[in-house]
Amino acid sequence: MSDSDSNTVNKGRRRMLIAATSVVGAAGTAAFATPLLISWMPSERAKAAGAPVEANISKIEPGQLVRVIWRGKPIWLVRRTDQMIKDLPSNDAMLKDPTSSVETQQPAYTKNAIRSRKPEMLVLIGICTHLGCSPTYRPELAPADLGAAWKGGWYCPCHGSRFDLAGRVFKNVPAPTNLVIPPHYYKTDDLLLIGEDGGAA
Amino acid sequence: MAAYPRTTEATGVLGWIDERFPILETWKAHMSEYYAPKNFNVWYYFGVLAMLVLVIQIVSGIFLTMHYKPDSELAFASVEYIMRDVPGGWFIRYMHSTGASAFFIVVYFHMFRGLMYGSYKGKRELVWLIGMALYLALMAEAFMGYMLPWGQMSFWGAQVIINLFQTIPVVGDSLSVWIRGDFVISDPTLNRLFAFHVAAVPLILVALVFVHIVALHTVGSNNPDGIEIKALKDDKGVPLDGIPFHPYYTVHDIPAIVVFLMAFFAIIFFMPEMGGYFLEHANFEPANPLKTPVHIAPVWYFTPFYTILRAVTLSPFMGTLAMFGAIIMLFLLPWLDRNPIKSWRYRNTAHMLNLAIFAAVFMILGYLGVKPVTPELKELGVRMTEIYFLFFIVIFAHSNSEKVGRYLVWFLVLAAAIVAIDFYRANPEDAESYGQIWWQMIWPIAYLAMTLLLPFLMRGCNAEKAVPERVTS
Repeated sequence: MSDSDSNTVNKGRRRMLIAATSVVGAAGTAAFATPLLISWMPSERAKAAGAPVEANISKIEPGQLVRVIWRGKPIWLVRRTDQMIKDLPSNDAMLKDPTSSVETQQPAYTKNAIRSRKPEMLVLIGICTHLGCSPTYRPELAPADLGAAWKGGWYCPCHGSRFDLAGRVFKNVPAPTNLVIPPHYYKTDDLLLIGEDGGAA
Repeated sequence: MAAYPRTTEATGVLGWIDERFPILETWKAHMSEYYAPKNFNVWYYFGVLAMLVLVIQIVSGIFLTMHYKPDSELAFASVEYIMRDVPGGWFIRYMHSTGASAFFIVVYFHMFRGLMYGSYKGKRELVWLIGMALYLALMAEAFMGYMLPWGQMSFWGAQVIINLFQTIPVVGDSLSVWIRGDFVISDPTLNRLFAFHVAAVPLILVALVFVHIVALHTVGSNNPDGIEIKALKDDKGVPLDGIPFHPYYTVHDIPAIVVFLMAFFAIIFFMPEMGGYFLEHANFEPANPLKTPVHIAPVWYFTPFYTILRAVTLSPFMGTLAMFGAIIMLFLLPWLDRNPIKSWRYRNTAHMLNLAIFAAVFMILGYLGVKPVTPELKELGVRMTEIYFLFFIVIFAHSNSEKVGRYLVWFLVLAAAIVAIDFYRANPEDAESYGQIWWQMIWPIAYLAMTLLLPFLMRGCNAEKAVPERVTS
């Protein structure tokens, strides 16, 4: 190799080297980022906290709402009165999904007109399907702030979504779907297990 | 850069440093020989005030981390410990919490100044973009900081904001679990947001402030007349309408800093909670995952965007898009407002109205965000959201004031779009909101009439004034 040869820049080789170095650098960055990014996934401890819970419903008065925790979420248990159940069909015209057609929002055994396994007992995950607030229970009839047509239900204080006493969402509110019904079954008449279907799914 | 070895006119310690670091050069470029327009008015105080607040936040924040515990079991109690037991702790915390609101107050004024005088024009697009990135980082910083006391508002605010990511189709669920580090908001969430709040985002903020100023000093400051002072220079190359930043503006800023600090400390000493707007009442209750507070609203500086989120009920994802879209539109401003005149002083009346209405609408959106949703206020929120977005189209339509006929075309197209949306969303069975939709249609239509029909019909409201060669007063 003469002097003039060593002074000539081989542009093709230089480009190849730059490209190869960049690829190795990018691969190194990705390899470095991987443990950092996966460290954000739920830890083993967080994953372990998901067992089903039991609730005794014998003490729940008609019209009363009781909260229990399942997987860190509030679960509402409401014993609806006969009048409440009778009023439900009158909401249908104002609802987004009166027939519970979105499959993911309830187990098949609660896909009925009043969304329950035991007619009067409503079991719901108390988390708004919009952005996850816990709506306020408003069982009263036609309060001033909710309007004359209100037959009882839930009002979300965060973004104003409304649900009736079967957890069905009204039209023209931010929430897109009915409230979710968790898998549940009655071990005995009074003992409810939340988190399992009891083999009847 | 000077040749090696560097020569310097300075002697002694300064000379020793200047041979090794461009200290005099930097001082001259950014202080003693940075020529700023001589006609700055009160609106030009807010940049320096924002920097002052940043310093207050960093210093008070460092001291808060010495006593705070980022643990869902301990966080709430450690904040109460700072307030009651740490000597002077209440003062440090109130500086930090008041500083957060003060930051947004000065930044909103600073941004509106940019709108009035067209400070995003004339090669200043990057200054504006960096500033918007700063605004975004500041919002993230404020949101994460608000979560740390682990009160009811911290918890439910975080719940809503993180669930915004859940609304993204397909990846939303896994994304929000990944952000939370759990299936619900819990200890890992608090811990990681703490890390972001005290380390990652402050570094980004400081770096962005640095490049914001470097970019500004490269192109030069705008001014209330929107005149490029560098266009006219004396024989030494000094702009005729420029004065050295130091000592003129450094001294000029001191009274503003004093006035600002008087108000700032008055709030800390006499009304640190600001009636529930700087520190919300519900946040004095520990976080309870089972119960959302009956009246929930974000801190005031987020409420305009919160109202936009609530107003768009098409689907949760559309609401999220609208909310982030409202911020993204601001980024695009330099490319939407194509009118060559910078300052609103020389633009037509319709443009001035447009900016004034935009500011008013932003405030109304903010007011609605702290109010519970009634059918009337909900519809008002939708209408104000419409005007918020229409603003960006109208400012584009105002780019060329000579083609008057286009105003009419824009008016008809935009008004038709508003009415079409109304027909799509009106539901006669829902009598209450049905009535609200029709009467509140007046807001966007009146807005379009004032900004587009008015300059079309009245020549006087479309007249642009000649921009003077030299700055005024």
